Amino acid sequence: MASKPFSQDVLTLDPEKEVDKICNKLRKLLSKQFKRRGYVLGLSGGIDSSVTAALAARSVGPERVLALLMPERHSSEDTLSLSSSVADHFGIPTVHEDITGILEAMGFYRRYNDAVREVIPQYGKDWKSKIVLPNLLKHSGFSLFSIVAQSPDGNTIRERLPLKAYLAIIAATNFKQRIRKMLEYYHADRMNFAVLGTPNRLEYDQGFFVKQGDGAADVKPIAHLYKTQVYQMAEYLGVPENIRCRPPTTDTYSLAQGQDEFYFSLPYDKMDLCLYGKNNDISVETVAGVLELTSEQVQRVFDDIDTKRSTTRYLHLQPLLIEAVPEISY
Amino acid sequence: MEKIKTKIRSFIIDNFLFGDDNGLKEETSFLDEGIIDSTGVLELVTFLEDEFEIEVEDEELIPENLDSINNIAVYLEGKSETP
Repeated sequence: MASKPFSQDVLTLDPEKEVDKICNKLRKLLSKQFKRRGYVLGLSGGIDSSVTAALAARSVGPERVLALLMPERHSSEDTLSLSSSVADHFGIPTVHEDITGILEAMGFYRRYNDAVREVIPQYGKDWKSKIVLPNLLKHSGFSLFSIVAQSPDGNTIRERLPLKAYLAIIAATNFKQRIRKMLEYYHADRMNFAVLGTPNRLEYDQGFFVKQGDGAADVKPIAHLYKTQVYQMAEYLGVPENIRCRPPTTDTYSLAQGQDEFYFSLPYDKMDLCLYGKNNDISVETVAGVLELTSEQVQRVFDDIDTKRSTTRYLHLQPLLIEAVPEISY
Repeated sequence: MEKIKTKIRSFIIDNFLFGDDNGLKEETSFLDEGIIDSTGVLELVTFLEDEFEIEVEDEELIPENLDSINNIAVYLEGKSETP
């Protein structure tokens, strides 16, 4: 790929070849590594989990795949219908596990609201909120998260988050991904299946996942693919158009939140090209020319990629040992 | 100024280096040396706001103000001069 001239099309792949490669590997891993009989995954109605589900179904047959639909109180209204429609489309059996009750029992909603009230004391049960980062293209300094809260009458308040509230909000919110993963492993154990993770390359590289939450899996079949390439795969695999046309969201906070206001500094197609450019030593000026950004803006994105890699290194680390145990190494 | 630097140095060593100063100099860049990541910046800002009773504005969140003991000391001095 590195030999192609840098352009908007540099990430174009041969989907047929890529699908064959991934499907072969998924079959081999089941029989040679995992010794399990199929795959479980959480289906969100987003592009990444839909493509992963389609690949799994094509690889081992839809009857050997189980899709879990796990919305909660704050999920967007169409999450369940979109994820069910993908499973139906590919003939994949589903289990609906609404995780609201579990989150309630874990005290998630109370803990989250209490954390927000440290910054916005009037934040009530019927309010909605999300956390956001400043736009990197317009801001040259360190990026600190703010909370955006909306009252029932539509008034919006934005406040920068101090350390304690920020950590408390993240810690509480991470329950969602961890509970979902716990259920995926429950069903995987029950059926003697392995668990699929669904990050694309951007998410995997930049640590956009929760450790032991959506970051946990036995295999991550599309972690080497840029999001632009995931969309190409989606089209080839026949993922329904309403999924392919849906803007990427986190579907994690009660206020709608785009991935590019929460974590990434640019929309995914531009972010992909910046990451590719950085990975392949394309100059800042060349990337800026293709993306119609200034060199300074692209440099900020490149720097931010490094910062995120360094900040999220902990998320990628396996449990470390003080001394090696040479008899146990894989 | 020296008193301020001592306080900042002590916070950095206690909080980010667990007591081992690792040759931390007044001009050492926290970012270049990997001492502070983005959560670390937030911890630092919270410390400065609490300890020195200031408010760090969004536009002040830049390495020139926060990336070394020297930079922070100069920034705090400028802050105290601002009416």
